[in-house]
Amino acid sequence: MDINQAVQALQNEMASMRDERKNKLSMVVFSGDLDKLLAAFIIATGAAAMGLEVVMFFTFWATPALRDPSKKAKGKNIFGKMFGFMLPKGARKVTLSKMHMAGMGTAMLKSLMKKKNVASLEEMIRLAIELEVKIYICEMSMDLMGFKPEEMIDYPGRQFVGVAKFLEEAGDSKIQLFI
Amino acid sequence: MSDIPRADITMDLKGLACPMPVVKVSQQIKKMQVGQVLAAETTDPGAHADFPAWAKSTGNEILAVDTQDNVTTFYIKKLK
Repeated sequence: MDINQAVQALQNEMASMRDERKNKLSMVVFSGDLDKLLAAFIIATGAAAMGLEVVMFFTFWATPALRDPSKKAKGKNIFGKMFGFMLPKGARKVTLSKMHMAGMGTAMLKSLMKKKNVASLEEMIRLAIELEVKIYICEMSMDLMGFKPEEMIDYPGRQFVGVAKFLEEAGDSKIQLFI
Repeated sequence: MSDIPRADITMDLKGLACPMPVVKVSQQIKKMQVGQVLAAETTDPGAHADFPAWAKSTGNEILAVDTQDNVTTFYIKKLK
């Protein structure tokens, strides 16, 4: 092999090794607990402030946190109605994963947050939208729990997607999280 | 500290908790010209670690940090 060929081979090798990942954070938001959702949004908005592109993929128990309490959906079957009734209607209704204590713990934390000037979950969601965080909602979770698009909060770029969309975004992200 | 830089804009972030100080500063710095200096007044103890980390990641410079009582002011120069 002459020297030019060797250099070419080396260059090709280096090109394939180069990191193709972008300055981007992709996050699966699975949990429907207030504490975990807060953590997810603090990381998401912080990352946006750091100049990262941010993608949040809402699935399973996290899905109802994006319901809009002022909206109603018609034409649900019995299971859809049941899930709709059992699961929290929007970010204001989600509760702590620990120390909920029939509502006392969650209420106490919320009043502490207010006192210490920590943004509420609803404020964090609005802020994330303002910072152009992409929020995707899992289509299958919607279908499974009987939620309809018209009962979810609305924001620019809202999309109902599947796992491939998340994996495409995560594939070229520097940071991936599951919360 | 005698060498406090002159600030073009001062932001009152006192009382705000994580992640608000960095979020507000990043929003403000986007509106400013390269070379301008932002003075961010904070009371969040986390800001001492967060502002240098934010500046390093976003390519801006912290010119000075000035603490008076419990208020810490970060002087941030927009570099790009």
